[in-house]
Amino acid sequence: MTVQTELVNVAPSKLSVGEVSKRFRSKSGVVQALDRVSLDIAEGEFICLVGPSGCGKSTLLNIIAGLDTADEGSVLCDGTPVTGPGRERMVMFQEHALFPWLDVLSNVLFGLKLKPGLTRSERIDVARFYLKLVGLEKFQRSNIHELSGGMKQRVALARALAPNPRVLLMDEPFAALDALTREQLYGDIQRIWQERKKTIVFVTHNVREAVCLGDRVVLFSPHPGRIREDFKIDLPRPRDINSVDLAQHSAHITKALKNLLNTREDEVAE
Amino acid sequence: MKRFIYATAFFAVLIVTWEMLVRARVWSPIVLPSPSMVGEYLIAAVADGSLFEASVVTLKRLMLGYLFGIALGLPIGLITARFQVCKDTIGMLALGLQTLPSVCWVPLALLWFGQTESAMFFVVVMGTLWSVVIATETGVRTIPPIYARAARTMGSRGIHTWIHVMLPASLPFVVSGMKQGWAFAWRSLMAAEIYVTILTGFGLGHLLHYGRELHAMEQVTGVMLIIVMIGLLADKVMFSPWERFLHRRWGTQGK
Ligand SMILES: Nc1ncnc2c1ncn2[C@@H]1O[C@H](COP(=O)(O)OP(=O)(O)OP(=O)(O)O)[C@@H](O)[C@H]1O
Ligand SMILES: [Mg+2]
Repeated sequence: MTVQTELVNVAPSKLSVGEVSKRFRSKSGVVQALDRVSLDIAEGEFICLVGPSGCGKSTLLNIIAGLDTADEGSVLCDGTPVTGPGRERMVMFQEHALFPWLDVLSNVLFGLKLKPGLTRSERIDVARFYLKLVGLEKFQRSNIHELSGGMKQRVALARALAPNPRVLLMDEPFAALDALTREQLYGDIQRIWQERKKTIVFVTHNVREAVCLGDRVVLFSPHPGRIREDFKIDLPRPRDINSVDLAQHSAHITKALKNLLNTREDEVAE
Repeated sequence: MKRFIYATAFFAVLIVTWEMLVRARVWSPIVLPSPSMVGEYLIAAVADGSLFEASVVTLKRLMLGYLFGIALGLPIGLITARFQVCKDTIGMLALGLQTLPSVCWVPLALLWFGQTESAMFFVVVMGTLWSVVIATETGVRTIPPIYARAARTMGSRGIHTWIHVMLPASLPFVVSGMKQGWAFAWRSLMAAEIYVTILTGFGLGHLLHYGRELHAMEQVTGVMLIIVMIGLLADKVMFSPWERFLHRRWGTQGK
């Protein structure tokens, strides 16, 4: 295998979440984190999951990643049931989860070293390619603690992209960043998604962020965690988070989200 | 540079004062000899090779036992961190034995192994082992779970995760445990060497002991000085590079 073939875009996956349920037992009783959630995600689709805290977004993402198992139902990736983590589905967490004992380049190399068929120098070339893609080629030899929050998330993105997955799973990856850094990253992630052709599942609290990034925005409601609504966003790309069209779409979804919270409060009140 | 000058000046003043106090007969040189007398002994002992020989014997014992203690302690620490059963059993044992000054093992070691190298080896291992076990275990247990999860998504499993994630992630703890193990091992070896004569080799502790028997306090003081030097050197050669690496990578200030 050569660097060129390694860097060729792989076909994005089709994901199919079928009737997935998940319960957690805790001291305060049983929590129904997911209740018969079904969701089909097309090849190369950018899908955003939004919803109030505790509605099971992270749980669903972890199940798709194979880090967690569903109590009932199944997740199919290109028709094959997900039974554990796999290189074709990479995850980016809210905390960057970079390894502090490795420098930037070695962090990106970590997953590549576990991928058979590449020589050492080829792996380094691949890692450099992705660091360049996220604009950090000058920081290869930096230590993790020397980077800003936004740079750390960029490295985490490069690390997730490096094994050339078909699916990218992102759990509030920008939540801890300031607004300006976030805006830059919205641009970057859209560009990379279009260049690298991945299926992306993106979890967020931020409706505007979801509308800015997603082809679809899926609204969850908590206790039990269910899908409430599915919004198609057909705004032209690249999208600017500050555009008026985008604001209108997000106002619409925010209203739905608020309704959902109000009805829940009503239910509690009754 | 400034710091170096201060340090040199400080020690120069210390030595000169000491020399003058002995010369002025503030105390008898039999109680504590002057630096020049100690210097004479050291030169003679270096010339006849006895000091070098004793240092080699001691360091060999120390290194053998210490390396073995680490090689044994790391996996035991990993296992106790991994399995709750092991923590409740081996972990408890390690915690208990770590509080025991390892020189307390000398009587048993002599009974089991006689006045041999094995007895010295055993005492040094006991000094090292438990600190390393406990530090490794604590280190592994304090690793944020997200590291192992991230590694898992990238295809790392089982032994690969332990070697490439858990071990390096717990390195700050492991290094401080190794440092503590070194301190314990070094102290207990000295105590053991002073305490018992091992026929297969005379270490620094024996040299110190015979100095006392002969009332040769310049020998006692000289050997003490060498022991201090070895301690300092070990710190600079073995631990400082690691600690500097840790501070640089993790971005921690000297703690
Ligand atoms: N390991 C666990 N043990 C017990 N309960 C859990 C566990 N993980 C999640 N839960 C519960 O499951 C529910 C869904 O959690 P999840 O983390 O998926 O929510 P979320 O939508 O990601 O929320 P947030 O937006 O705050 O991240 C919550 O009520 C949470 O308390
Ligand atoms: Mg979450």
